[in-house]
Amino acid sequence: MRVEPVINVEHLSKSYVLRHKDQAGYSTLRETLSSGARNLFGKGAPAATRETFWALDDVSFQVNAGDRLGIIGRNGAGKSTLLKALSRIIAPTKGRITLEGRVASLLEVGTGFHPELSGRENVYLNGAILGMSREEIKSKFDEIVAFAEVEKFLDTPVKRYSSGMYVRLAFAVAAHLDPEILIVDEVLAVGDAAFQKKCMSRMRDVAGEGRTILFVSHNMAAIQNLCDKCIYMKNGQLITQGETEKVISSYLRSGAEAHQISLEDRKDRSGNGAIRFSSVLLKDGQGRAIPAFQSGMDATVVIRFTRKENKDLKNLQVALALDDENGQRVAHLNNELTNEIFESVGKDSDMIQISIPRFPFKQGMYTITLYASVNGETADWVQEAGVLEVEDGDFFQTGRTIQEGQSPFLFPFHFKLEK
Amino acid sequence: MKHRIVIEPHSGVGNYWKDLWSYRGLFFFLAWRDVLVRYKQTVIGIAWSVVRPLLTIFAFSFIGWFFNIGAPGPSRLLLVAAATLPWQFFSSAFSDASNSLITNSNLISKVYFPRLIVPVSTVIVCLIDFLISFVILIILMLVCHQMPDKHILFLPLFMGIALLSALGAGMYVAALNVKYRDFKYIIPFIIQIGYYVSPLMFSSETIYQSTRLPEYVKVIYSLNPMVGVIDGFRWSLMGNSMPMHWDSFFISSGIGLLFFVIGIIYFRRTENNFADVI
Repeated sequence: MRVEPVINVEHLSKSYVLRHKDQAGYSTLRETLSSGARNLFGKGAPAATRETFWALDDVSFQVNAGDRLGIIGRNGAGKSTLLKALSRIIAPTKGRITLEGRVASLLEVGTGFHPELSGRENVYLNGAILGMSREEIKSKFDEIVAFAEVEKFLDTPVKRYSSGMYVRLAFAVAAHLDPEILIVDEVLAVGDAAFQKKCMSRMRDVAGEGRTILFVSHNMAAIQNLCDKCIYMKNGQLITQGETEKVISSYLRSGAEAHQISLEDRKDRSGNGAIRFSSVLLKDGQGRAIPAFQSGMDATVVIRFTRKENKDLKNLQVALALDDENGQRVAHLNNELTNEIFESVGKDSDMIQISIPRFPFKQGMYTITLYASVNGETADWVQEAGVLEVEDGDFFQTGRTIQEGQSPFLFPFHFKLEK
Repeated sequence: MKHRIVIEPHSGVGNYWKDLWSYRGLFFFLAWRDVLVRYKQTVIGIAWSVVRPLLTIFAFSFIGWFFNIGAPGPSRLLLVAAATLPWQFFSSAFSDASNSLITNSNLISKVYFPRLIVPVSTVIVCLIDFLISFVILIILMLVCHQMPDKHILFLPLFMGIALLSALGAGMYVAALNVKYRDFKYIIPFIIQIGYYVSPLMFSSETIYQSTRLPEYVKVIYSLNPMVGVIDGFRWSLMGNSMPMHWDSFFISSGIGLLFFVIGIIYFRRTENNFADVI
């Protein structure tokens, strides 16, 4: 028997007209009238430059029943637009989507929650908004409340809820949807660690029941964990699709050129200039340039440098430091610590490789600072040389990761039972 | 398969009404939400839907009495009340429906449902308010010993016209409001004008019987859909003491129904783009 696709997307395109002059997202009547008047008098001078922007550009793919499809891509790649088109919120400009089965989409946690209403009332309201019937909500009500752990506050208006309770209740309703096709935008990145874990396992359960899931996330570990197939989008186009592993690695490799951080034009540096750092590049274990590290991967930082005089250098010491988003120093890598000071650097050497097996940081942005000294004298020191982006990966090779906020870094460990 | 959804740039009309039916649950919940929320955290709660029109009725009656504006029929209060209640229904339904899409913009941009549900459920909420405030009329009629006769059977017809005109105008402006927020400021103005051109403090009889006013002014006067509705309310509640001008009523209600048709056509035509521009 041939498997019929439950989702069939053919040449889907969505365009928006961008007007470059206006600040407002919506037009006022005056603008329309005045541009109408201008057209009327044939003086066609455009009020603002217009540009057609293709948020989705000829996207085609199919999803079979029971598939769990991950959608990845950088911000602005068109992922959310795609989900909105699939959920019928926006109409496509061109193309066609065929969906077989009941669709529920979860683009935001707590859509339509009303702050004045009680928890109980909001469960019914939100359920109805997400497409559940009253009987359905009634039959699942206890389950939803237990999942959200808000039994005591059911009759309190949700405006008095803590933000955690609010999110828990909102997700609980969504988690008990019973559609054939479930469309989920990045909504798992909410709530505290324990609750996130609960959400993930709930999603796995839902997936296990043979439902079709479309899942957008920036969390690669979550995607690897949940999805068997993946599509990678960029600039509104579908770049690759296929097995999750393959697509993720192509995603991580993409755009590497743009991620070479050039330092040649930096003036805010100190040191005598015996050497100058010229660029920083990230590579994966196979030596391919990548835009971001993934936790758990064998990572390499490649630093190029130029020298003031074309002669051998003595005792080159290099350090790389990482600061987290709060400016807190979180790592210091120095070749003195490993007894790897380059005592003599030949004329033809212009590159330093730092390899970091099983990259130990979790998702985040880290600022790189570089330092070098030659013969004990500071040669170059560039603070905030660039930003290192880290994405969550499968550090433990179990598909699991430490929940957000529990630990900024990862290291290997083992548990053993003894008597 | 039971559910097959085809999404294309201009989705067909046929499925729309079927869709609307399948989303009736949401329709119910949105109306229910607005009713619940309406008087939350107020001391007297739902009593406001009686107190508000009551205050207006007193104010208008006072002004009418003070300036000695003609008030035939059994009682000035009853005359004003029979006009104020449908008028307040119309004005709140029209303005709430006009703003309904914007106040629900978070829903519009995150969930699919036939957007028509939003203005319609808003109007239903106003209708519920109206039904509660109807108590005032009943009490006033008892006080004035004014028992309704068979004319009262026509009351739902006039209410229906008020509802369709408010909904039609509301849908039209709501769709425009999504794109042109100017209407947010225009609506209160339109309603203010309405207070003067609708027969709230006076009876339409003074217009029709006037010898000073030329004929065309009387026609323009009856273009206001609420003229027919208010005249109808008075006629059906107070019987023959308030004669009915059917010719003016047909003009007036014709305009009301035209509002409805235009409103629904325009709404349907622009609906697909709401999430893009809201």
